[in-house]
Amino acid sequence: MKEILNLTALQLGAAIRKGEVSPVEAARAALEQIEATKSDNAFVALTAEAALQRAEEVGKKIAAGELTGPLAGVPLGIKDNICTRGVSTTCASKILTGFEPPYNATLVEKLDALGAVSLGKLNMDEFAMGSTTETSFYGPTHNPWDAGRVPGGSSGGAAAAVAARSCWYAIGSDTGGSIRQPAAYCGVTGIKPTYGTVSRYGLIAYASSLDQMGPLARDAADCAAVLDAVMGKDPRDGTSLDVPAGNLLAGLTGDVRGMKIGIPADCFGDGLDPEVKKSVLAVADVLRARGAEIVEFTFPVMEYVVPTYYIIAAAEASSNLSRFDGVKYGWRAEGYEDLTDLYNRTRTEGFGSEVKRRILLGTFVLSSGYYDAYYKKALQVKGLIKQAFDDAFGKCDLMLTPVAPTTAPRIGESLSDPLQMYLSDIYTVSVNLAGLPGLSMPCGFDSKGMPIGAQLIGPALGEAKVLNAAHAFQLDTDYHKQSPVGKEAR
Amino acid sequence: MTWETVIGLETHVELATKTKIFCSCTTEFGGAPNTHCCPVCTGMPGTLPVVNRQVVRFAAKAGLALNCEITRYNKFDRKNYFYPDLPKAYQVSQLYLPIARNGRVPIKTESVEKDIRIHELHMEEDAGKLVHDPWIDQTKCDYNRCGVPLIEIVTEPDFRSADEVIAYLEKLKSTLEYLGVSDCKMQEGSLRCDVNLSVRPAGSTELGTRTEMKNLNSFKAISRAIEYEARRQIELIEEGKRVVQETRRWDDNKDATFSMRSKENAQDYRYFPEPDIPPLELSQEYLEQLRAEQPEMAEARKARYQEQYGLPEYDAGILISQKALVDFFEETVALGAPAKEVSNWMLGDMMRRLKDEELEPKDMKLTPANLAKLIKLIADGKINRNTAAKVFRAIFPDNADAEEYVKTHGLEQVNDAGLVAQVVEKVFAANESAVADYRAGNQKVMGFLVGQVMKELKGKADPKAVNQAVREKLEG
Repeated sequence: MKEILNLTALQLGAAIRKGEVSPVEAARAALEQIEATKSDNAFVALTAEAALQRAEEVGKKIAAGELTGPLAGVPLGIKDNICTRGVSTTCASKILTGFEPPYNATLVEKLDALGAVSLGKLNMDEFAMGSTTETSFYGPTHNPWDAGRVPGGSSGGAAAAVAARSCWYAIGSDTGGSIRQPAAYCGVTGIKPTYGTVSRYGLIAYASSLDQMGPLARDAADCAAVLDAVMGKDPRDGTSLDVPAGNLLAGLTGDVRGMKIGIPADCFGDGLDPEVKKSVLAVADVLRARGAEIVEFTFPVMEYVVPTYYIIAAAEASSNLSRFDGVKYGWRAEGYEDLTDLYNRTRTEGFGSEVKRRILLGTFVLSSGYYDAYYKKALQVKGLIKQAFDDAFGKCDLMLTPVAPTTAPRIGESLSDPLQMYLSDIYTVSVNLAGLPGLSMPCGFDSKGMPIGAQLIGPALGEAKVLNAAHAFQLDTDYHKQSPVGKEAR
Repeated sequence: MTWETVIGLETHVELATKTKIFCSCTTEFGGAPNTHCCPVCTGMPGTLPVVNRQVVRFAAKAGLALNCEITRYNKFDRKNYFYPDLPKAYQVSQLYLPIARNGRVPIKTESVEKDIRIHELHMEEDAGKLVHDPWIDQTKCDYNRCGVPLIEIVTEPDFRSADEVIAYLEKLKSTLEYLGVSDCKMQEGSLRCDVNLSVRPAGSTELGTRTEMKNLNSFKAISRAIEYEARRQIELIEEGKRVVQETRRWDDNKDATFSMRSKENAQDYRYFPEPDIPPLELSQEYLEQLRAEQPEMAEARKARYQEQYGLPEYDAGILISQKALVDFFEETVALGAPAKEVSNWMLGDMMRRLKDEELEPKDMKLTPANLAKLIKLIADGKINRNTAAKVFRAIFPDNADAEEYVKTHGLEQVNDAGLVAQVVEKVFAANESAVADYRAGNQKVMGFLVGQVMKELKGKADPKAVNQAVREKLEG
């Protein structure tokens, strides 16, 4: 493996600007590593030729002083539910087979303008529905730390690729934990920013009111640099917020003196693996040593978060996924008799079982006679969950919680019991329901050698605090520098 | 038994914005299939709607003009159903918090004067069109109309006859045209109306089972459909049968309604709040500003025309019946032409030309500036009225310049008293017997002599001056 693969994105960017490495060399090294780790099945579409061409072009612009940003020339991977012009974008679903959007996501355009080099599209759970990347039409992605285990999901390809050093950073999406949980399972750092800070234009919707894109990278500083590039108001997304962008990286001082870190007792109770609990609580000790203050309190909404999330997300999904009907693009079934038959066959053949389960659930909770009992009630509970966070942030600056109750399960373990799988989202979904920023960072390993993640949750638009606390932790620890590459015979 | 017909209306009106409700594609009618669309209005994966502020403005203005309460915090919802003309498989509409509610439209028919209550007015996007090609047995989708902004105006069941329905629609059309928020062209589908109708024994306060009629493309079709459907329902009940709650399609050729789908097969649209569009918040100041901008409506204008310009009620009534006529009238008057004169030209010659050429006032080419010129030519004595009528007829189709036309065709009035006297002299010499008749007491002959003089002068002389000269000569 080439040495530059172990650099962070910012380190590589600096080396490129100094002329020590060319973007083409970086892209080539990444493509070789992707080839070497092919059995992980992290990438579902590789654009090697385009990447090398693009790297060449970016290299010239950097040399000419036209591109000066910290990430110019640094290769990345993009989750398969993010639209990339002329490049297959399928949400890892059969129903979008062959779909090449004629437009880019706003985020992709912003990264392009700063000299990003995309290597290709990353595997995921079908339509981002799943916590393991096993529901992908392209087959599961394997965890680089243990090929017998899942990388988490739904941004499993993104987390695995960053962990396996196949790219320096990746863009994922997070509707209920889909950036944070795979980041935890694969030992990388990922952040879901405040709802509305990153334009959703071009992100193929799962649950529109909860979806948000964000980076998965080697450390908090890399995440800050990516967010600096992609945050901000977008005239094409009415839900995007007018936030000042570009100050996060500069704000990483590591100074957490006087910062109040809240520990919600309800997040450390039954069902949490003791090894995970110990590692996550140890984060508090590291931050306390740097001058942070630790406060404990109750957070009495935890039992409601999973059902509330699954009702709202499924309801929106049932509507968002209706457009995939075989009429306009993607997969169309053959041998249909009439219009209804075309719809039925196309959707029966085109969607996998987890997606169908959520479409059915969502259709049910929105249907007449059930709307008030389920969907409307869920919206009310969503309000209570927001209120609980408001109360919590009256007592602390950030909350520290686990990302998931356990480390990565074995492949095949989760899908047999969907309800159990849904319950494992308990620590992450509330953050989406409240629209808050949440970061996942490596904080240890369990006895099987699998990475453990800790979650830092901030108040709305509290990205700077979240990233700075994570940065402080990473200044004093090296969990984020551990790599699965070469750890086991592949 | 006598029966009472109870009717409620749902009217869809296309708003006259330049661009669509959620993207910047043109709203222009027609165009080759799928040339007025983009990834947003065709609902491509990952795209998002962004509300066109002009749509909100127009809808709020319409709500105010229909005396509605404006919902200052209003939201969009999704109406979910599968159909190939609806590329997202949901229509963005407003169910829970429509932009306007509880309005009132006063109407007047020959027999009744009353208020029609407006239940609500909401914004929504239009769907595309399916075109069936029987030659290859294929149905094709044209998405040009997808995302064209609509308002749907729903009344309470307050109508009791077709006349009331037509009076309401005329009032609605005129109001929306005056506001400039829609061109209300029924033939192009920019005003579409569904009629909900039930019958009940006169005096009853309970509502009967209703049917909904669609595909009503003209006021005439609406009137006939109402009469047909009321009769059909009454006959069913009198035969001891039941009216089925269903949607029925009006067939203009067969003069009858036909069942489309019954309530049992009704869809569950699974409405829920549209998460891609933040709720709209309209400030008090914004609404005040819209209120201040509201134009003078038809009735107020009619009264003003009678008072300010002394126009007869009938004439003023015709002018205000169409916004295009009002605009033409006011622009011509603003250019200095006397109002009475303008009104006479419009109600006389212009109406005749429009009728003969089967034109709508808004489609005619003649401009106010040109009519003002023509009127000035008469006032300045450059042409006489008979010539002016000919000129009007000539310039009407293509708006040829009145002044130019008069010049190039040599139609200027002859105001040379010497020349007139000379011609009179000549005509008298050639018609000695006629002159003798007059002098013998046959007064009618004078008209003949005036005619001869005008003929010699090719009709370009001032008739008054010719009359005067002939009379003087005869009596002198």
